Amino acid sequence: MTAVRFQVAVVLVAVALCTAMSSAALAQKKYDSGASDTEIKIGNIMPYSGPASAYAAIGKAEEAYFNKVNAEGGINGRKIKFISYDDGYSPPKTVEQARKLVESDEVLLIFGSLGTSTNGAIRKYMNEKKVPQLFVASGASKWNDPEQYPWTMGWQPSYASEARIYAKYIMKEKPDAKIGVLYQNDDFGKDYLKGLKDGLGAKASMIVLADSYETSEPAIDEHVVKLKAAGADVLISITTPKFAAQAIKKAAEINWHPMHIISNVSASVGGVIEPAGLEISQGILSATYTKDGSDPQWNTDDGMKKFYNFLTQYDPKANKLDAAVVFGYAAAQTMAKVLQMCGDDLTRENVMKQAAHLKDFAPDTLLPGIKINTAPDNFVPIEQLQMMRFKGKKWELFGEIISSETGH
Amino acid sequence: MSAAEDVVTEAPAVEAVPKRAMTLGTGTSLLVLAALLIMPVFVKNFIIFQMTMLLIYGLAVLALNILTGGSGQFSLGQSAFYAVGAYTTAVLMEHFNVNYALTLPIAGVVCFAFGFLFGQPALRLSGVYLALATFALATAMPQLLKLNFLEHWTGGVQGLVVTKPDAPFGLPMSQDMWLYYFTLVVVIAIYIFSVNLLRSRSGRAFMAIRDNEIAASAMGVDVALYKTLAFGVSAAVTGVAGSLGAIAVQFVAPDSYTITLAISLFLGMVVGGVGWLPGSIVGAAFIIFVPNIAEGISKGLSGAVFGVLLFLVIYLVPHGARQVAILGQQFAGKLRKN
Repeated sequence: MTAVRFQVAVVLVAVALCTAMSSAALAQKKYDSGASDTEIKIGNIMPYSGPASAYAAIGKAEEAYFNKVNAEGGINGRKIKFISYDDGYSPPKTVEQARKLVESDEVLLIFGSLGTSTNGAIRKYMNEKKVPQLFVASGASKWNDPEQYPWTMGWQPSYASEARIYAKYIMKEKPDAKIGVLYQNDDFGKDYLKGLKDGLGAKASMIVLADSYETSEPAIDEHVVKLKAAGADVLISITTPKFAAQAIKKAAEINWHPMHIISNVSASVGGVIEPAGLEISQGILSATYTKDGSDPQWNTDDGMKKFYNFLTQYDPKANKLDAAVVFGYAAAQTMAKVLQMCGDDLTRENVMKQAAHLKDFAPDTLLPGIKINTAPDNFVPIEQLQMMRFKGKKWELFGEIISSETGH
Repeated sequence: MSAAEDVVTEAPAVEAVPKRAMTLGTGTSLLVLAALLIMPVFVKNFIIFQMTMLLIYGLAVLALNILTGGSGQFSLGQSAFYAVGAYTTAVLMEHFNVNYALTLPIAGVVCFAFGFLFGQPALRLSGVYLALATFALATAMPQLLKLNFLEHWTGGVQGLVVTKPDAPFGLPMSQDMWLYYFTLVVVIAIYIFSVNLLRSRSGRAFMAIRDNEIAASAMGVDVALYKTLAFGVSAAVTGVAGSLGAIAVQFVAPDSYTITLAISLFLGMVVGGVGWLPGSIVGAAFIIFVPNIAEGISKGLSGAVFGVLLFLVIYLVPHGARQVAILGQQFAGKLRKN
C-alpha cells in the first residue's frame, strides 16, 4: 500500500513539475511569425537600382553586419535571416515589396528601409498590420509620431533636429546675428527651415531672409547675392551637394564672409569642399554624428578598429570612405541590440517595446558621447550632434556634443 | 522559287494587324476570364494584390496600345496621365470624401480633357518628335506635382495617403479581394469598350491614319480630330488605371510617377505585341514580375539581368506575345489537320 501510495505521489509530483516547467517555458518563449527557436527573419527594402542606388551601400553593409552576427553565434542562439529587396526608389514598388516581406516571407519586422516617400507609402500598411517598421533610413521628422504610428520609428537625427542645433549654436555664439537662410524647396529644405525656426523660438525674427531655390535651377548665384544684400551676417545653407559648393564659391566671389553653416548632407570634403575650393572653405561650420571613415584621428579608436576589422573580414569590397557604410554598420548594430534585449520574447509588440527602451546605447561608429536613447513617447533614437569646423583639409570637431532637445 | 515569292509566303505575323486579329477568340477569352475570376479564392492576399497591380498596369498598357497600335502615335508620356488620374482620385477621396468608385469616371474625364488638349500641339509632330514631346511631359509631371500652390492639395513631396475601401454590403471578403474584383470589372468593361472602339468607324479611322495618313485624309478621315481623339481616349483609360493604382497602393507621391513608369509601360506594350490588345496583360506581367526574377538572379546586377532578358525576348519574338499566340495557333491548326 505504502509503495503504491509513494508511486502515486511521485507521479503527482512529476506531473506537477512538468506542468510548472512547461508553463515556465511557455512564459519565456513567445514568438510572432518570423521568429523561432533557431531563426529571426528581418526584412529590408533598398534602392539597389534607380536614381538613389548610391545608398544601396547601406543595405550591403547591414547584410554584412548580420553575417558577422551569425558567424559569432547569432542573437541569443538564433540566426538572423536578412531578406533585402529592391524597390528602385519607387513608392508603388516599395508597397509591393513590403507586402511580399510581411505576407509571403513572413518576416518579424522591416528594418532600415530607405527613403522618405518610399517609407511614407508603407507606413499606414505597416501600422495596420502591426508589424514594426524600425529605424527608417530617412531624415524626415515625421517618423517620430508614436501616437498615430506606434509601429514606425526613425533612427538618424532628423533634419529638424540638426537645424535646432545650429539655432542653439548661433544664439550662444552670436546673439545679435542676422541670419540669411538659403534652402532647397522640397521636404528636406522645409523640414530643416521649420526646425531652425523652432530652435530659435521667440528669436525667429533673427532670420532676415529665407530664400528658396528649385533643384531645377542651374545656378543659385542670384540667391546668394540677395542674401548678402539683405544684410545677413550668418548664412545657413540648407542645400544638397552641388548647390552647397555653388554657394561657397559665389559668397567668396562677391567678397562676402558671413558665418557660413552647411547642412550635414553636404558636409562631404570630396563632393563639396574640394570642388568649391579648399582655401575659400576655411572656417565653414557643420555638424555630424558619425565618425568619418577617412579621418586618421580614429585609427586608434576602439569602435573604429572593430569597424575596420569588420570590413576586412565580412565586407572587403565596401568603401570605407563611404559614409553609407558607417551608417549601415551602426544601424544594424542598433537592430541587433534591440533583438538581444527582446530575449526569448520575440513578439512584434515586445520588439517595439524594447526599441522604445534603448538606454545610452553607443554603436561603434557614432561619435564618442553620442548615445541612443528612446522612450515610449520619444521615437528619435539619435538626437545629438557635434559641431565641426573646416580647417586645412578636413573637418575638426569642436565643442561639446549638443542635444537638439529644445529644453521645454 | 524566287526570293520575291519567299517574302510573300513569309509568316503573316509581321503584317499590320487587321482588326479581327486584335482580340482573342471567344473560347480563349472565356477561359482566361474564368481563371481570373476563380484565382483569388486560392491564393494569399499578397498575390491578390500583385494580380490587382497586374490588371492595373495591363489597363495602362492597353491604353498605350490603343494610341500606338491603333492610331500609330508614340507616347513616352503615359506616366503623366497616370499621375493625373491617381492624384485626381487621391485628392477627391481624401479632401472631399468622394466615394472611390465615383472618382474613377471623374479621373477619366479629367484625363481625357488633358490628353485631348495635349493632342492639339502634338498634331504638328509625328514619330520620334512626338515621342520626345511626350517624354518632356513625363519628366515635367513629378515637378509640377511638387509646385507650391498645389501643395495644399497634393501634399507636395510627402504625397497623400489614400484609404483602402472595405467590401460593400458586408460581403465576407478581404479588402484586397474586393479591390481585385472591382478592378477586374472595370478592366473588363474598358477592354470590351476598347475592342468595340477599334472595330467601329472611329477605330477604322485610327488604323487608316496609322497605315497611311495621306490616304486616310484622301478617304475623308478628319486626321486632326481622330489623332487628338486617340490621345484623349488613351489618356482617359490611363487615368482610370492611375486612379485604380492609387487605391490599390494606398499612396500617391511625385516619386511614384517618374519617367521610369512611362518607359515601363512602353516596354510592356512592345513585349505584349503592339496593336494586340490581349497582349497588354502579358506585357504588364513582364514589367511586374521580370524585375523580381532579375533581382532573384543577382541583386547587384538586377538591371543588367533585366536587360538581357528583355533583349532575349525582343530577339526571339520581336512581335511579343502576339507572335507567340499566332505560332501557337498555327501549331494547333497543324495538329488538327493531322
